[in-house]
Amino acid sequence: MAMMTIAEALRQAIREEMRRDPRVFCIGEDIGIPGGFGGAFTVTLGLSEEFGHERILDTPISETGLIGVAIGAAMAGLRPIADVQYGDFLFCAMDQIANQAAKMTYMSGGTVKVPIVIRAPVGATGRGAQHAQSLEAFFTHIPGLKVVAPATAYDAKGLLKSAVRDDNPVIIFEHKLLYGSKGPRAERGALSPVGEVPEEEYLVPIGKGIIRREGRDVTIIGKLLTVYRALEAAELLAKEGIEAEVIDPRTLVPLDKELILDSVRKTGRLVIVEEDNYTGGWGADVAAMVAAEAFFWLDAPIVRVSAPDTPPPFSPPMEQFYVPSAERVVQAVKSIL
Amino acid sequence: MSGSEIPLLQLYRTMLTIRRFEERCNYLFMQGRIPSTLHLYIGQEAVAAGVCAHLRRDDYLFSTHRPHGHAIAKGVEPRAIMAELYGKRTGCCKGKGGSMHVGDVRVGMFPAVAIVGANAPLAAGAALAAKWLDKDRVSVCFFGEGAANEGAVHEAMNMAAIWDLPVVYVCENNLYAASTPFSKAFKIQNVADRAAAYGMPGVVVDGNDVEAVYRVAGEAIARARRREGPTLIEAKTYRLCGHSRSDPRTYRSREEEEEWAKRDPIPRLAGRLKELGLATDETLASIEQEVQALIDEAVRFAEESPLPEPEETLQHVFWTEEG
Repeated sequence: MAMMTIAEALRQAIREEMRRDPRVFCIGEDIGIPGGFGGAFTVTLGLSEEFGHERILDTPISETGLIGVAIGAAMAGLRPIADVQYGDFLFCAMDQIANQAAKMTYMSGGTVKVPIVIRAPVGATGRGAQHAQSLEAFFTHIPGLKVVAPATAYDAKGLLKSAVRDDNPVIIFEHKLLYGSKGPRAERGALSPVGEVPEEEYLVPIGKGIIRREGRDVTIIGKLLTVYRALEAAELLAKEGIEAEVIDPRTLVPLDKELILDSVRKTGRLVIVEEDNYTGGWGADVAAMVAAEAFFWLDAPIVRVSAPDTPPPFSPPMEQFYVPSAERVVQAVKSIL
Repeated sequence: MSGSEIPLLQLYRTMLTIRRFEERCNYLFMQGRIPSTLHLYIGQEAVAAGVCAHLRRDDYLFSTHRPHGHAIAKGVEPRAIMAELYGKRTGCCKGKGGSMHVGDVRVGMFPAVAIVGANAPLAAGAALAAKWLDKDRVSVCFFGEGAANEGAVHEAMNMAAIWDLPVVYVCENNLYAASTPFSKAFKIQNVADRAAAYGMPGVVVDGNDVEAVYRVAGEAIARARRREGPTLIEAKTYRLCGHSRSDPRTYRSREEEEEWAKRDPIPRLAGRLKELGLATDETLASIEQEVQALIDEAVRFAEESPLPEPEETLQHVFWTEEG
């Protein structure tokens, strides 16, 4: 069992999948340039030395083009892992993702597959409004895309490997404060969780969530960074005798509804924490699902803790206000007890 | 390449099939038998025929919102296209695509892409796969001159050039992007001039002269098969019909239309066939009969095919081995 950061775990997943299957390749900006960054967060660092510059394919700054090329390559038999540096840049490539990748299988009557993985860093990290957004809801809304959001090194490796082997487009959201990127690419204020990653082959199935902490009084759902905010809140609540159950869905589409519903049926209370904006956020859909399917088990209204409906601000005190804190989660739980 | 080395009769048959197919679609649409809208390919047949005659079944083709002609030329069965236009389960996309997304991956044609210009990166990507996985397979991308101003096209052509991808970009310049004339959208005279900026050959060809299209496309496709890189072909042509079904064509003059009608590629090829002694009036009449029978059969098949069950809406959102 090795101890790894998420960046290392992702790199190991890519390395293993590229060794296993010659059709797998990486495509993106600054991912394999000698002396370069190894991707914006070092995930592909060193891979071009093993696999060469054809399979660690550096592109011009052309997000529409590189995502489109990856989709076309996937339609014709390759298995690309596309990297866009910052999730915010996905908007440049939105047509290719929403209109091409997501719909090609459907429009073809199920005869064309698009086995592409798109890796996209998210989260507010001192970069202002255009390198900071949490974009998950934009993509969970589009039928035909699978969306995963690993919060640990173990899940990052296992989910990325599953994504590469999936015959559908999979978007993997990675949080900048969780990578554990080192050297000049290290993030200030990062949590950088280091976790155990088995030496032997394993996969984390797409569509399965996990209970990070068991509890009987309230269910808290977090994803990516907010899993850790929820766990921190649970520790604070435990000191007051309140036992929170913390769920990390790990996959957003398809969602492990039963795991969430079973927990809510046990605790009767639900708080959903995410870094996305409030209106139309992913959490809104989870709240609606629970209200529709477990209404009679609820003892209190569902509460959502999220960023406000503003762009991500730059200045540190404003950014701290923007990203949900453990204290806000504690307050939310107390408001429904 | 002299005229006799070009399969002119085969090209004529393909072009006439497209023409009669599109005319029948128009008629069926007017009768209310085909739902939705139609973007017809009437007038541009020489481009699809002249390019696709060089393609093998396993070569990749990417088309546009005006895809019927490309599909027929690439070998998608007319009956499967017609059934798709009818929204039938037997359609080439099982009724999930419709007119603007016809295709059949078994003959190398992906579902047509109806977002203008968005097929250009896809075609480059398929070419990348072909370059890695296959010896001489190529990828061809049709688009209109309107699409040439989309960012996706610029990005794709740049990447195709820097990676020497085996892709041929065929710009069908029919002079109008919907109603917008070429001169309002371009400062330059030829879309193909932009090829120099990407670092690939650019060729202008008379898109209503199937022999010329055949020659130019043959060179570009051979170059791609030899893995020498991409080419941009601009075929100057003209829609001898509206942009879509509801287009009264009040943005262009009848005189201009009449001028282009004189350059209709099909009578032009018929004349050439007779001039070269490759066909008589009887030969052409017999091809006409064969084509009409093919279209009749396609319509009969479409009419008799079942509509999908409403619940089939829920299938094929994700790819499964079961299909």
